[in-house]
Amino acid sequence: MLYNYLISFLLAVPLVGALLILLIKKDKDDLVRYFGLFISVAAFVVSLIIYFGYDAARGGFQLNEKYMWISNLHISYSVGIDGISLLLVLLTTFLTPLTLLSSWKSITKNVKGFTFFMLLLEVGMLGVFVSLDLFLFYIFWEAMLIPMYFIIGIWGGPRRVYASVKFFLFTMFGSLLMLVAIIWIGVYASGTLGHFSSDLIELYGIGPTIQYNIQLWMFLAFALSFAIKVPIFPLHTWLPDAHVEAPTAGSVILAGVLLKMGTYGLLRFCLPLFPQAALYFAPYISVLAIIGIIYGALVAMVQKDMKKLVAYSSVAHLGFVVLGIFALTQESMQGAVIQMVNHGLSTGALFLLVGVVYDRMHTRLIAEYGGIAKIVPVFAVFLMIASLSSIGLPGLNGFVGEFLILLGTFKSPVLDSWWYAGFAASGVIFAAVYLLWMYQRVVFGEVKNPKVNELKDMNKREVFILSAIFVFVIWIGVYPSTFLKVSESSTQKVIEQVLNIQNNGAK
Amino acid sequence: MLNNLQELYNVIPLLIIGGGILISLIIEMYFKKSETILPWFTILILLAAGFHALFNVYTIATAFQNMLAVGGGVSIFYFIFTIGAAIVVMLSIDYIKKYGTYYGEYYILIQTSVLGMMLMAGAKDLFVIFLGLELMSVSFYALAGLNRKKLKANEAALKYFLLGAFATGFIVYGIALIYGTVQSTSIDMISSRFSELISNKLFDAGILLFLIGFSFKIAAFPFHMWVPDVYEGSPSTVAGLFSTGGKAAAFSAIIVSLGILFTGRIGNIFTPYLSAIAVFSMVFGSIVAIAQDNIKRMLAYSSIAHAGYMIIGLASGNPLGVSGVIFYLTAYTFMNLAAFGVVALIEGREEANLSLKSYSGLASRSPLLAALLSIVMFSLAGIPPFAGFFGKYYVFIAAVKSNLTWLAIIGVLSSVISVYFYLRVVVLMYFKDSETELTLEKSNTGLFAVIVSVAVVIAIGVAPGSVIGLIAHFF
Repeated sequence: MLYNYLISFLLAVPLVGALLILLIKKDKDDLVRYFGLFISVAAFVVSLIIYFGYDAARGGFQLNEKYMWISNLHISYSVGIDGISLLLVLLTTFLTPLTLLSSWKSITKNVKGFTFFMLLLEVGMLGVFVSLDLFLFYIFWEAMLIPMYFIIGIWGGPRRVYASVKFFLFTMFGSLLMLVAIIWIGVYASGTLGHFSSDLIELYGIGPTIQYNIQLWMFLAFALSFAIKVPIFPLHTWLPDAHVEAPTAGSVILAGVLLKMGTYGLLRFCLPLFPQAALYFAPYISVLAIIGIIYGALVAMVQKDMKKLVAYSSVAHLGFVVLGIFALTQESMQGAVIQMVNHGLSTGALFLLVGVVYDRMHTRLIAEYGGIAKIVPVFAVFLMIASLSSIGLPGLNGFVGEFLILLGTFKSPVLDSWWYAGFAASGVIFAAVYLLWMYQRVVFGEVKNPKVNELKDMNKREVFILSAIFVFVIWIGVYPSTFLKVSESSTQKVIEQVLNIQNNGAK
Repeated sequence: MLNNLQELYNVIPLLIIGGGILISLIIEMYFKKSETILPWFTILILLAAGFHALFNVYTIATAFQNMLAVGGGVSIFYFIFTIGAAIVVMLSIDYIKKYGTYYGEYYILIQTSVLGMMLMAGAKDLFVIFLGLELMSVSFYALAGLNRKKLKANEAALKYFLLGAFATGFIVYGIALIYGTVQSTSIDMISSRFSELISNKLFDAGILLFLIGFSFKIAAFPFHMWVPDVYEGSPSTVAGLFSTGGKAAAFSAIIVSLGILFTGRIGNIFTPYLSAIAVFSMVFGSIVAIAQDNIKRMLAYSSIAHAGYMIIGLASGNPLGVSGVIFYLTAYTFMNLAAFGVVALIEGREEANLSLKSYSGLASRSPLLAALLSIVMFSLAGIPPFAGFFGKYYVFIAAVKSNLTWLAIIGVLSSVISVYFYLRVVVLMYFKDSETELTLEKSNTGLFAVIVSVAVVIAIGVAPGSVIGLIAHFF
């Protein structure tokens, strides 16, 4: 019985948890921490139940719930989950408790507020992934800005105000144009359906009937919003600021989940709603994605700050995801989905590791470190694994995603040229260059900074957090089909939605 | 006889307020403790009138030989005016002591202004609109200059009076031209002959003058010059009333008198005019607000920008637009009163603590006020899931429906600009440390009023369907 309301339950757990935290007295920091952790673990458990209940072979949206919300505009609270969103939901609920755990000691100012906003953020992110109504989706998409804004602004670094406002304005700019597009398509739908509509399933049928030249504009309005979030070059400038200034937990969530909302949006909304436009823009966006891959890697190479380096590496990695989506083949699309998860895990791990040394040394400059392999051996090993996973070493998760994306891009009929895959592949090499070079400068060599000698190795809590992530890093690397088969039929469906139109159009 | 009784029952809200004014005058004159009795008495009659209107919202009728309409949209406006005014009175109880001077007239003037607003919203005749407008405006002029010893208050009152009188001149001239062409001031008569009269240039000029006059009252660009000075010079609570009740009343007058334009049955030939002032109000208000240091002036420019968003609903010229405007006004009333309420709570004696700087670090000193003001700021900026977002959403739908998508696009772009200055308040409160010591005077009723307003802002945000459903029922 409860099973049918699982998704609402999943959203309710962190929401109610966040509200309950407000009732706890302000000075009881530990109670707040344990309670927040308990709630986020509970949410993870709920998402696991959803995972085991999801019938991957059947595919499509499952566990759907739909209730009329604003009746005279036919807006409903409509949620459901498919293979693509399921993986991202799992990623979200998996990372949230880990980030809360990671900030156990580093966040001491207003713990109550921090935990409150983290749980609220989780609600927003989960809501984005499970919404099946454009309007509901938009609400989660925007509402999620508020907690992230506070997390960067209150617990962030020295330039946190600038970074948080920039983050907010950039995202808001894109999403408001999307709002106009959502309204437009709703009004357009009333011509066929007889009523205003924002129901995604209904609109899947209506979107492709929009006149070609209007569809191009609609696609752009949606894509701009998602491209800012991803971020696709040249809209990435908010990202390094936000990442560097955010506290570790914020960076992990930002890189791990928030950026995925952009690529998820492209997959879920842009492609199926405006297929002709998607086909038209596919080569252009792919070129931007490849520029992002190479540009991100080159800029990462010259960074002096570890966190900034990881931030730019995100631009490069997300470039792969976008390329995989717009190559529009089964392999590349599945690669893109798995790469979203991979990036969440490996970049999350890298940010956590940077956080580990930052908590001790209060600096993230690569030059301040060097020769720490003997002093903190456990850290050195963990950083190695995280770097290799991010580079895409076979046997670890990154390889699977990038390989599938490149393979799919190579034989993509939409892009129809091997140049795309060729250039994108260079990104893998660059990734090895900047990450291994950073690794070498931080971990090996002579000890230049005497303070490094007092560095303490990772404690049990930190080891636990990273080990939890590495379990999945290796699992995906060795046996990816556990995860690939979850998203198989769903990605297949997206491709059909786009390419069927092309075939019909050709007739 | 029965019919007359029913008619009398229908106009009870007006009678309550009218009677309330007379009783208040007596209380003021004969009771020593009038300072404590009067506000509560005012709240009582306002709430009584408001809820009477709300409970009888489905009774649609006319009264006084077809001079007044009751029920439906009119009742919704009554509710907005009275509840808004009641919140203002609650905020005033402690504020007015802090402000320095208490005059018994204060609460009576609030009641007379509400009566004026109600006449405007319920009018079935242009003269009733004029009557209501003057009743409201004259009360407002007096309220603005309440503290006659303060230079700024005098300036505000005089400026408001001169420009307001000028605007009224436009309206009267407009009414004269309309009468000249229709030979009647009855709104029903005008509406029924609208499509034939629309080709008469004199008639169009009359309507345009009428609209221009009300553009003053709703604080739309380029008739906005009085707004920042008046808001700054008047008591904060009163400024809250100007920006909510006053604006809503002016919109109600436009909607009742020119309702035929917004039904979509005949083309809205004033769309170009309305679109133009909407665009300029939104963009101008949002940009100039960025440069303000005084929170009341900032809210004044924000009020100009919001007038622009609401006018989009009128410019769309379809029923959805009108219900959008009314929804927007409902949402706006609560969020703006909450904003002015927090300003009034924080304002010190001698108009201290009005600069934006005095809000820095508020989160650590007064977490509740900071949280309330943040919600209001997010709502004003149009961020879901708060009421302000849905207001914008509805008027944008109306615009897109009337093929005015460009207007919606300019609307969202100016929202992005406005996010900057609304967020600045949040930045100061949460991300900065306090610069000056701030002593807050306790005001339980004021705080309660703000909490109620914010609760409504959240409630409308979470469940906008019932409110929009009720409004859309009548348009």
